[in-house]
Amino acid sequence: MAQYLVLIYSNEKSWADTDEAFSNKIMEGHNKFGERHGVSLRGGNALEPTMTATSIRTDASGKSVATDGPFAETKEAIGGYYVVEADDLDAAIAIAKDIPAPFGGIEVRPIRDMS
Amino acid sequence: MLAATLRITRDFDVAEECVQDTFARALATWGEQGIPKNPGAWLTTVARRRAIDVGRRRDVAIRSQQFLVVDGSEVGRVLNEGEFEDDRLRLIFTCCHPSLATDTQVALALRMLCGLSTTEVAKAFLVKESAMAARLTRAKKKIAIARIPYRVPERAELRERIDAVLLVVHLLFTTGHTSPVGENLSQADLVERAIDLARMLRALLPDDAEVASLLALILLTDSRRGARVGSTGEFLALADQDRSKWHGESIDEGLALVGESIRRGRPGRFTLMAAIAAVHSSASHWDETDWGEIVGLYDLLLEAWPSPVVALNRAVAVSFAFGPFAGLAAINDLSTDPQLSTYPYLAAARGDCLERLERFAEARDAFEEATMLTENLVEREFLRRRITQLS
Repeated sequence: MAQYLVLIYSNEKSWADTDEAFSNKIMEGHNKFGERHGVSLRGGNALEPTMTATSIRTDASGKSVATDGPFAETKEAIGGYYVVEADDLDAAIAIAKDIPAPFGGIEVRPIRDMS
Repeated sequence: MLAATLRITRDFDVAEECVQDTFARALATWGEQGIPKNPGAWLTTVARRRAIDVGRRRDVAIRSQQFLVVDGSEVGRVLNEGEFEDDRLRLIFTCCHPSLATDTQVALALRMLCGLSTTEVAKAFLVKESAMAARLTRAKKKIAIARIPYRVPERAELRERIDAVLLVVHLLFTTGHTSPVGENLSQADLVERAIDLARMLRALLPDDAEVASLLALILLTDSRRGARVGSTGEFLALADQDRSKWHGESIDEGLALVGESIRRGRPGRFTLMAAIAAVHSSASHWDETDWGEIVGLYDLLLEAWPSPVVALNRAVAVSFAFGPFAGLAAINDLSTDPQLSTYPYLAAARGDCLERLERFAEARDAFEEATMLTENLVEREFLRRRITQLS
């Protein structure tokens, strides 16, 4: 079986305009997802917003420099992830489609098999 | 045969080598022993046995880069007709996976299902061969690494997946029917493959209207094959074709399929396109074409599929239903669409309307423009003739 990293992208501004009832509804969606596909999940978490991120780059002199913010400024940012174990891409996609992802979408990326 | 061998080798490049090896062996053996009773099955079995030999000799590192994700494979059996078809269906669903870009889907299908060389596929897309080779390699890598499964989707997913396949098979057909580059107007082999695939899909989904309509559209369009090229190799438009040369059996089958599809309810893209083709096929002469009906069908098609090419075809129909002035107005509305800027048929359609309005100098300019945009030599000749006729 292969593993896939499933990234949840969403527009943080849109999230900011929602209320607690909405957040609870989405959380409920994730709980249901976990119940339904638990046997295929190898991990997963919500992430704190991009304003809490720190990026590290190497400057021209070869020094590592830490700066404020996500690595790339994009309209939709990574808000969470799951690690899914599945036989093939179709199986991974079928699972990923059940993840609640308002204001954005989902990316399914194969994890390299280093074994 | 390539598809059957793929199940064993799960690697396109190795599979191709095995197939070529097998043909070489066939030439040698059949020469000495005569042609076996079922040459197709013989070829496929030998190719699979060869592939198994090759597979055994490959090391773990290479096998870990396996290309196609196959669950269970049967080794050594002689394939019969049905299984060969199943392999081709598996292959086309793999090539048409939604995680691949549409262009890539078509390129893969041309290369893997129709056996075109990379050079020929590059020509069909009007790109450099190196670019096409790179694109095909990337696609195969993606299929392997992301593990796109080599199978026909489950019943439940089939309806969702079939539209991409229909699009690709239709593109295969139109590539063969009107080769965009080169000397000859069509590539009969591509057309035959497209028809085969359309029939296979119909056998897989006998109750699907869009699937039936794809086959209808291909049959109705292909029925005109014998009439499209004139006595001196010149391209003949629909208006000028000798309809007695149209293939009656294909038309009958196509019309029956369209009738069946329309009765199934809300028409999709292919049902509407097939219906338009059916209106043409039902007219024994250009002058008897029911253009009003065609415009109405294009209106519905445009709703379902707001493509500028569809809008252009509708504009041409408008010119015949309501006159060249109305047609020209509809065509000019489209002239600012960037997607049509290098589309030769836009300029050609404009030229046709202008000629009918007796604005000959402008018509000549339009046909000249079209000549420069088409890569097909036979079509270019056709346009040059129209320019000459104008003088």
